[in-house]
Amino acid sequence: MAEFVFLAFILMLSIFLGFELISKVPATLHTPLMSGSNAISGITMVGALIAAGAESNQLSVILGTLAVVFATINVVGGYLVTNRMLSMFKKKEDDKK
Amino acid sequence: MSIFIDTAYILSALLFGLGLKLLSSPATARRGNLLSALGMFIAVVVTLLNQQIIDFKFIAVGILVGAIIGVLAARLVAMTAMPEMVALLNGFGGIASLLVGWAEYNANTEPTNFLAVTIFLTVLIGGVTFTGSIMAWAKLKEIWIGNFGISKALVFPGQQVFNSLLLAAIVASGVLFVADIGPGYTVFYVAIGLAFVLGIMAVIPIGGADMPVVISLLNSYSGMAACAAGFVIQNNILIVAGSLVGASGIILTNIMCKAMNRSLGNVLFSGFGSVVTAGKSGEQGEAQPISVEDTYYLLEAASSVAFVPGYGLAVAQAQHAVKELAVLLENNGCEVRFAIHPVAGRMPGHMNVLLAEADVPYDQLVEPEDVNPIMETVDVCVVVGANDVVNPSARDDETSSIYGMPIIEVDRAKTVIVMKRSMAAGFAGIQNPLFFLDNTRMLFGDAKASMQGLVSEFKRD
Repeated sequence: MAEFVFLAFILMLSIFLGFELISKVPATLHTPLMSGSNAISGITMVGALIAAGAESNQLSVILGTLAVVFATINVVGGYLVTNRMLSMFKKKEDDKK
Repeated sequence: MSIFIDTAYILSALLFGLGLKLLSSPATARRGNLLSALGMFIAVVVTLLNQQIIDFKFIAVGILVGAIIGVLAARLVAMTAMPEMVALLNGFGGIASLLVGWAEYNANTEPTNFLAVTIFLTVLIGGVTFTGSIMAWAKLKEIWIGNFGISKALVFPGQQVFNSLLLAAIVASGVLFVADIGPGYTVFYVAIGLAFVLGIMAVIPIGGADMPVVISLLNSYSGMAACAAGFVIQNNILIVAGSLVGASGIILTNIMCKAMNRSLGNVLFSGFGSVVTAGKSGEQGEAQPISVEDTYYLLEAASSVAFVPGYGLAVAQAQHAVKELAVLLENNGCEVRFAIHPVAGRMPGHMNVLLAEADVPYDQLVEPEDVNPIMETVDVCVVVGANDVVNPSARDDETSSIYGMPIIEVDRAKTVIVMKRSMAAGFAGIQNPLFFLDNTRMLFGDAKASMQGLVSEFKRD
């Protein structure tokens, strides 16, 4: 139970942090914010790696490996596509160069 | 070793937070994304040092397959298909979390109550995110099943009852699962199935124009699923990163709802766009068409022009043509702005991405509250494939179903040119009085072709 309280504590603080960090994003960046934050949600990969690598039993390994595949697509695809979008955003001065 | 891993996770969390912070300004956004990617890289690498991991064979295969698909998808996707891409990525995040929860249950079939609750929540949120995102993707792709367009809002009699029963069944399966009553694995499979059905049921009543809300909400769910998985494997970094994403998705959802003056509940349950609400559609008058040539004369004489893009811009792929016209206008000594409504298009920021692809500098893009006060000084407002976001009924007609939604008040400009294929109503299914105003001219036809026509008129002299 102590473990739960500790985790819940972290949860509460990071939700608060998330609201503070993101509340002032200009509309121009809404899509990159979404795809970029989506890539972060691929953090579930950490759990997938442990499941795929722990030699517990066969089904768990299969499930874990599948999870690694999906989470990797999420992470790699998400970061790359966000980077691709952001590289297109230019200010006027850059335009004239 | 475990202390080292945990310390590295703190660094990752720091980089995620910093990355999101830098993502909030166009000048630093790219750096922010790289920092966040670095945080992810660190988290993944140190996880591989975890002593529970004995066999790296399957991990290597999984990462290789996932990375190839991810790189190809990110490289090949067209900018106009970005909403579909984001929807799919949300779904993959959700299913990954579900699988992590399942693997953990499978490795530990007699979980404590706390673990059982968290596994159940992970599977539920992950499953809803997955099928919900797949449905959203199908709607964005405008897939047709027979002669039924899936992108339409689908409402059927008894839907509310069905959904209530579904929710009750989910709660019941949750109680059975946690209390460990009945055959554990069967209950677990039923719960997964119910979560999948819930994801589908949650998205089918939502129409195309409400997609920005759904996409941002699913974005939030994918974070919450990761967060729940963090409770399952008792891992701080999943909880921190997951809740950052959950919070950012909720904020975006809220911005989108405000931009439509609707509550989240209203978007999720009303089946907006499926019912044609007439409003006071009687006295419409006659729309006045205009030719490309006459439009050119208007634009040529204008000293201030505002373009108002909508989903039609994406459909017609007219972003490059519009940029070309904007440059010609500027060389002609005209001030050019792009006025973008937050819910224009199919996802938050859809129009901004398209215009960025066409090299329109982002300081030319303005939001409704910046452009509305100076609307009287705009000589020509060009509406490209937008409809509901410029509908004056939202301001004037209390009986209209979109009454109260903040709009771009193009009707207050000196002249309005509306580029449109035909006189059909917008996604909300309501007529737009803008088309019948004295200062409005309709330029019918494909937006891209019309833009190119205007460009060649300009180049002629």
